[in-house]
Amino acid sequence: MANGAPPLRPGRRRALRAIAAGACLLVARPSTGTPDEVAAALRETFGDRPITPGRIKLEIPRLAENGNIVPVTITVESPMSEQDYVKSIHLFAERNPLPRVLDVELGPHNGRARVATRIRLAVSQQVRAVTVMSDGTLWTTAADVEVTVGGCDP
Amino acid sequence: MSRFGKVWVRLSENPKRGEPVEIRAMVVHPMESGFRLDNVGHPIPRHIVSTFTCAYGGKDVFRAKLHPAISTNPYFVFYVVATQSADLLFTWTDDRGEVATHNVRLEVA
Repeated sequence: MANGAPPLRPGRRRALRAIAAGACLLVARPSTGTPDEVAAALRETFGDRPITPGRIKLEIPRLAENGNIVPVTITVESPMSEQDYVKSIHLFAERNPLPRVLDVELGPHNGRARVATRIRLAVSQQVRAVTVMSDGTLWTTAADVEVTVGGCDP
Repeated sequence: MSRFGKVWVRLSENPKRGEPVEIRAMVVHPMESGFRLDNVGHPIPRHIVSTFTCAYGGKDVFRAKLHPAISTNPYFVFYVVATQSADLLFTWTDDRGEVATHNVRLEVA
């Protein structure tokens, strides 16, 4: 065979892509946050009130190919009646440059405590949702998300 | 210059009185996070939609505070109990004071 070049292996393409993605992160990514910042944001928002795991569900892909558009749905178990309803829902991403993502106010007029949106995730990390109920109790859940190509611009 | 573009709103069909209606709302906006650099390495200034509200018959029924981690063209799905036939007024405000509004009539049989 006259052509001595080695055949193109898919591994090479993948490696190049990984290098490109790495360069992108090196150039454009500001320092990411830390779990401590989420803890600080939680303290700032809710003070020292106890936050209990449960009553809230976070639907988010375990593997997000594009960190710029990650669909997320938050559902809270609540009758949404005048006596017992969800007052607010808060979303945090611990390793984004800014840990706060979204704050939503709800009430009995919503009927269903469910909110969906699309968020940016800079790197693979844990996403946390916290809800405040009308009786003042706080509930939380968290989900780990693996991000293939980070939102270079979270 | 306003960076708001087209607004897209959909309601679930045949709302029944006393039951929640699903509302899906999106507005075109760059949601520039403030963390990106332009092609000569200068940071691109932050420019995001900071609040989104929905009023039903003049009363706020959904209020959201957005941070830079909300994706380009912010999109929300939420619910409102259909109590009467009334207007739904959607309002997006960005951090430069620009406003986009949209009105949809919710007809309850």
